[in-house]
Amino acid sequence: MNTPPSSTFFSAPPDWSWLVVLYFFVGGLAGGCYFIAVMIDFLGRPTDRPLARLGYYISFPCIVLSGILLTLDLHRPLRFWHMLIESNTFQPMFKPWSPMSLGSWALTIFGLFSLIAFVSALSEEGRIDSPRARMWRPPAPVGAVISIIGGLLAFFVAGYTGVLLAVTNRPIWSDSPLLGMLFVISAASISASLMLLLAHRSRWTMPGVNALHRLDGWVVLLELIVLIAFLVSLGPVFRALVSAWGVLLLLGVIILGMGIPLALFWRRDLLGEHNVLGIAVLVLIGGFLLRLIIVFSAQGV
Amino acid sequence: MAEPMGFYTDTTVCIGCKACEVACKEWNQLPSRNGGQTTLSGNSYDNTRALDGIHWRHVKFVEQFTDDRKDGRWLLMSDVCKHCVQAACLEVCPTGAIIRTEFDTVVIQSDACNGCRDCISACPFGVIDINPASGTAQKCTLCYDRLQAGMQPACSQACPTESIQFGTIRELKDRAQKRVAQLQQMGEKRAYLYGADEKMLGGLNSFYLLVDRPEVYNLPPDPQMPTRNLKLGSWFSVLGAVLVSLFGVINFRNRGAEERP
Ligand code: SF4
Repeated sequence: MNTPPSSTFFSAPPDWSWLVVLYFFVGGLAGGCYFIAVMIDFLGRPTDRPLARLGYYISFPCIVLSGILLTLDLHRPLRFWHMLIESNTFQPMFKPWSPMSLGSWALTIFGLFSLIAFVSALSEEGRIDSPRARMWRPPAPVGAVISIIGGLLAFFVAGYTGVLLAVTNRPIWSDSPLLGMLFVISAASISASLMLLLAHRSRWTMPGVNALHRLDGWVVLLELIVLIAFLVSLGPVFRALVSAWGVLLLLGVIILGMGIPLALFWRRDLLGEHNVLGIAVLVLIGGFLLRLIIVFSAQGV
Repeated sequence: MAEPMGFYTDTTVCIGCKACEVACKEWNQLPSRNGGQTTLSGNSYDNTRALDGIHWRHVKFVEQFTDDRKDGRWLLMSDVCKHCVQAACLEVCPTGAIIRTEFDTVVIQSDACNGCRDCISACPFGVIDINPASGTAQKCTLCYDRLQAGMQPACSQACPTESIQFGTIRELKDRAQKRVAQLQQMGEKRAYLYGADEKMLGGLNSFYLLVDRPEVYNLPPDPQMPTRNLKLGSWFSVLGAVLVSLFGVINFRNRGAEERP
């Protein structure tokens, strides 16, 4: 018998499937759109406010959908609350060293922050009549505090899924410490892209759109570098990706989802007015495929 | 706490009768696969194939033959949960369903498990799986119910060759070391103990006497705790967040300087 490249090859796959892939994508959007919106709230001009609101409008439904997806993925969905409350003692269930335990709490608390921002955005637009809710976002001091805490939680929600995969014994996932970093950065790129896509559709021209577009470019470049570092860090385990998944990673993620968008950033005239649209769509497809490949490839070996 | 209890499995005397598998299934009332219809693996007498939610014991058949099949040997090993002293499954379980008992064994409480499957990916030995009958993660309990009643586990009681031995870890280690010495003396120089010392996950409370490399028996040579990646993985994630924030600050600060996209 050939010796496998790592002792992780003797573990069993947990059969995390489409629901988890979708959650990784939607959860990334929930966290990413929130922290980008917070950034715009703090650094943007007053004319950029609609862009920040857009981020909160995406974040909240996404975090609700995340909870639904995760619950449906359980084999006993009605026991979802066992993640937070110990079912025998009714004491809080909290294991800070287990990313799934910590993540369950973070999702719950972040959901609250996301809801607050969502309501605040609605009230700013006058869709609900609650002047007090407008204070829940910067520049109001209370809003600033809420946004900072929410922003930190948003980063956590975007990245803990990668750390969760690393804190297992499956090949690929647990053979590198870089998955969490990759997921945080990818959450930023897909979120910026979705926001740009929607802003583009509404024909928004505020300066924040331009800044977000440039941010997206830099983040995609960073994501490409971290993805390559991740692949290198796998060492001999890399051979587990010499498969159809590896080909999809190269074509769908590295070339289609990162390489072509970077070329479009660099040569802005390539697609004319459809440039922003093209970049955003490709980055979103790449971000989805990245999660799909990471989830499925490690379970096939 | 009672003294740590466990299994010592001497694979050199296993005859592959699968009495342990049957006894385990009977005592724990585990359902049959495929509605009771026999499915053959097609390449081995091992039709159980792997440990899972409804097979808590699995007799592995390792068939080592030369190409012309003139020479060869069988390696047989009754596999089970290792009841690790540092248990990966217990470490990650987010519901607290996995506990350590007073016998230093590791048990999944089925009524608390919600089927998230984190433990399945964490166990370095691929022991746990979902039992479709309960929808929860399940594995060997080292017959916790029998132990509490002062009995020994069903599998070790059924084993006709004493390949599976049950007892206190201290006593079992002593017995196992003597057996290794005996085998070495008889010329079986390859005999050694897998998981008996603390270097492997603090010690496996179900350890083995093997006569070939661990991977030949489909056992990891160097099993690790999943949290080995926790610190570094978290720090890299923080670095990712800092870099994204930094890019955000730079781009939103000088946004007026450039033309629209
Ligand atoms: S062998 Fe696997 S299931 Fe058994 S205690 Fe160790 S980690 Fe848990």
